[in-house]
Amino acid sequence: MRDPRVVEILSVLALGPGEQVTLPDRLCAACLSALPVTGVGVALMTVDGPSGVVLAVTDARARQLEELQFALGEGPCVEASGSGRPVLEVDLLVAGPVRWPRFGAAVLDAGVHAVFAFPLRVGAIRVGVLDLYRDTPGQLTAVELAEALAFADAATEVILHLQDHDGHDGARSALTGPIDSRAEVHQATGMITIQLGVSLAEALLRLRAHAYATGRTVSAIAADVVSRRLHFDDSESGTTNRQDRR
Amino acid sequence: MTRQKDNGTMTSREQLLATTFVELADTLVADFDVIDFLHTLATRSVELLDVDAAGIMLADQRGGLRVMASSAEEARLLELYELQNNEGPCLDCFRSGRPVARDDVPTMRASWPAFTQELQLLGFHSAQALPMRLRTETIGALNLFRTRPGRLSEVDLKIGQAMADVATVGLIQERAIAASELLATQLQTALHSRIQLEQAKGILAQRTGLPMDQAFQLMRDYARSRGRRLSDVAAQIIDGLLDDEMLRNGRRTRPDTSPRA
Repeated sequence: MRDPRVVEILSVLALGPGEQVTLPDRLCAACLSALPVTGVGVALMTVDGPSGVVLAVTDARARQLEELQFALGEGPCVEASGSGRPVLEVDLLVAGPVRWPRFGAAVLDAGVHAVFAFPLRVGAIRVGVLDLYRDTPGQLTAVELAEALAFADAATEVILHLQDHDGHDGARSALTGPIDSRAEVHQATGMITIQLGVSLAEALLRLRAHAYATGRTVSAIAADVVSRRLHFDDSESGTTNRQDRR
Repeated sequence: MTRQKDNGTMTSREQLLATTFVELADTLVADFDVIDFLHTLATRSVELLDVDAAGIMLADQRGGLRVMASSAEEARLLELYELQNNEGPCLDCFRSGRPVARDDVPTMRASWPAFTQELQLLGFHSAQALPMRLRTETIGALNLFRTRPGRLSEVDLKIGQAMADVATVGLIQERAIAASELLATQLQTALHSRIQLEQAKGILAQRTGLPMDQAFQLMRDYARSRGRRLSDVAAQIIDGLLDDEMLRNGRRTRPDTSPRA
């Protein structure tokens, strides 16, 4: 069920050079060298739109474009995150100013002629956007598009991995593979949302943290939740992350 | 041979058939949703053919098969089992681009030992697959499961294949129309709709205490009785905009919609 290319991308990232270069930076660099584009950026998103946090970029222009979209509240990454669908604008000269009146003009001034934005999501959970820029117009081929989608999946996993470490200092999760596509994981996420009264994003983090804390796989924990053998609650011991955390 | 679903007149089956073909041809709408469309194909297969469950697998951008829709939890599990064990009628069908069926359980067991065992564990005794194919391009397979052994009748096979064909044309046509959004991105989006559906199922199962497949049934019946898209209903459940009472009431207005009644 797991895309082998995503697994490959993540394993190469995990082998990267120490702590000096962050995982998102490595991901953007790898994406840039794998695809015929001029720049790559990863921005974090919230339900309401861009969070203003640019996680990584390959160059100053990519950063400028990411920040511009946040400032203007419009652009491909805003649109991709909102709709949950990729935005593939192959000729900004023709369509840019019509589609995004302010961003469209600015992006052309910066010399960018094509933009491809991929939403980073786990079902209803929106975590960010992967933006690819190119200074020449034109489509991505089917093979390139598949490659870009694999990088988007890898970027989603990188962001979740970073969130694991943010919220749960004790957990030492390894960047091992893409998000499990098994239905039980997502069903369990929905159940934990209600059990704890938290968002889906938070529920997924709790599920993952519990797996790391107990040394079991995410899908094994999910199966226990779905079969109602395991119930997440903040008051009892053993099954709650709050106790594992501190 | 008695057909369980022939209680109604031939006319009502023909009417449903006609409606189904229109539904499956209607992909050229602004808010076309691959997952919804495939669910329609799966549930209509169960309503129209002498089968008890149906599931659909489509190839992703790398040619790997993904379980995209199913009429019942069991069908989904069986398809996943096929993928995990790399064995079963659906895989044979996808690889060959031809319909795959066996006469009885022993011949099924000879071809797919592990799969047949799993099939029987889930209460089925027949599985066959029809290709979703246009000319030389096979994009997936429609899988049909029966609790009774044996092949489908010739008539059912023809109807099933016609439905799969129309659906395939629709999917490929939709891809051609949406020039900037290739099938790869559509499938990616569809996979996330699928995940969103699972998240909503979990929320509903926890809220109502229902088993997962019944929670899904509740969602699906509500969507159908209101003429709403399944993914929209899932999104509303996730956003907390649909409470259990609304879902149950929505369902009661059309008590005849359950395909597994």
